[in-house]
Amino acid sequence: MAALDVKKIRADFPILEREVHPGVPLVYLDSTATSQKPLSVINALDSFNRKHNANIHRGIHVLAEEATTMYEDSRAKIARFINAPSARQIIFTRNTSESINLVAYSWARANLKSGDLVILTEMEHHSNLIPWHMLASERGIRLEFIPVSATGSLDMQTYGKLLEQEPCLVAFSHMSNVLGTINPAMEIIQKAHAVGAITLLDGAQSVPHLPVDVQALDVDFLAFSAHKMLGPTGIGALYGKLGLLENMPPFLGGGDMIKTVHLRSFVPNSLPHKFEAGTPAISEAIGFGSAVDYLEGIGMQQVEAHEHEMIQYALERLEEIPGVRVYGPQAEQKGAVAAFTLDDIHPHDVAQILDRYGLAVRAGHHCAQPLHEKLGIQATTRASFYLYNSFDEIDKLVEGIYKVKKMFA
Amino acid sequence: MEDLYREVIIDHYKNPQYRGKLEPHDISFEDDNPLCGDHIRIDLRIDEDGRVNEARFDGHGCAISQASADLLTESIIGKPLEEIKSLNKQDILDLLGIDLGPVRLKCALLSLKVLKAGVYGLGEASDDLVE
Repeated sequence: MAALDVKKIRADFPILEREVHPGVPLVYLDSTATSQKPLSVINALDSFNRKHNANIHRGIHVLAEEATTMYEDSRAKIARFINAPSARQIIFTRNTSESINLVAYSWARANLKSGDLVILTEMEHHSNLIPWHMLASERGIRLEFIPVSATGSLDMQTYGKLLEQEPCLVAFSHMSNVLGTINPAMEIIQKAHAVGAITLLDGAQSVPHLPVDVQALDVDFLAFSAHKMLGPTGIGALYGKLGLLENMPPFLGGGDMIKTVHLRSFVPNSLPHKFEAGTPAISEAIGFGSAVDYLEGIGMQQVEAHEHEMIQYALERLEEIPGVRVYGPQAEQKGAVAAFTLDDIHPHDVAQILDRYGLAVRAGHHCAQPLHEKLGIQATTRASFYLYNSFDEIDKLVEGIYKVKKMFA
Repeated sequence: MEDLYREVIIDHYKNPQYRGKLEPHDISFEDDNPLCGDHIRIDLRIDEDGRVNEARFDGHGCAISQASADLLTESIIGKPLEEIKSLNKQDILDLLGIDLGPVRLKCALLSLKVLKAGVYGLGEASDDLVE
């Protein structure tokens, strides 16, 4: 497999050419928060708004037909991207959080009762935590957590024990947005199915960075967002198995999600429209499809291989700096995310000083406060890498960290 | 941006003059910045004229939040409570001698929020206090 031509890829991303301070070019190391958009995605949004803008699904005129076709084509591309059996199993949502909330409101409220067990992990993003907290206080469902080990992996032995309590749902992150840990999704899903549990995979970090095949994984639900995979904000997707989606009650009520409406009753629309109330983010959905085109053009295996080399090099360089501690597993088990602490310097200060040198990193608890509690730290500085990042940028990060150390020395 | 980590800020962060607790105290209040986990507590002793005659802050967080707490604590000693009620965002920026974007502003203003919530005897420190 040939290495990615990062120089060529970078030329597709106009924002990477900008300076963030006079004479200081951007070094964008925050793709785990949101990724940048290639020109093809920017053009897809622009072209839709210039030439095709109309509301979808009900119009008869040319623009409405074009808009509907483009929107539905995009759904089909996304289905193909994750190897979903059919496009109607892709529900457009606003983002991963909304996808998970859809499952919590629709599937879980129809199927879970007081005392039922939901298994999560200690490394969840708040988006796969709060919807279940809310359900726990409303319904009295029980929550248990697969512990995170000192090396940043899930404790599979404890998971085995938890399964003896016969959970109804196992909902977990495919890749940690802090530790970078790539969890053994297939094993977790198989074991959950063996005790009759439904599975929900938070793919916010995995779908953008690894090949993800819902049929190979046999996962019941997969949630992910466009903006972390080169697409626009405000659009995400939920994949679900057909039998589950068909039996679920609607989520939000409104236009487009109905088949027939009477003053005192309604019949819900068929899939996927049953779950898409109101006018959706049309241009964004089309941009999502365009992002998928771009990633398929590069190849997800190539993306994964490039990022693996990046994280190997990043860990090597970061760990040679005195006072740096990187959290999470070794490179073999890890996506391209390096969350670290530097001496006792607050991550906000680290990030602020790195910004002077054009380095865009993130500081804080990255919406994973319980994980930071577990690690015994308040916050970390997080550098993350994507297909457009180069080794040279890791060197710049290392230089920047030495400058931070000097300032606080 | 260039002077965000001016020497004075690093200095107040590393060698705060007013870090500590007052026991007993007349007023004490504490709060967090939920965005980054900064925490500030401020204790005050008030004299019979309604002036602050002793003040200390405690807590943890980034250099901006801790330096601003130290500078603010220093600046209010000897001041009447009524005057403290009128302090606002600009006073903090003047003390720090820098300009801040919206995210870091929350770090810088945490100590003033805590101080004013304490002085007003409020149950919680809201953002309105420092506008």
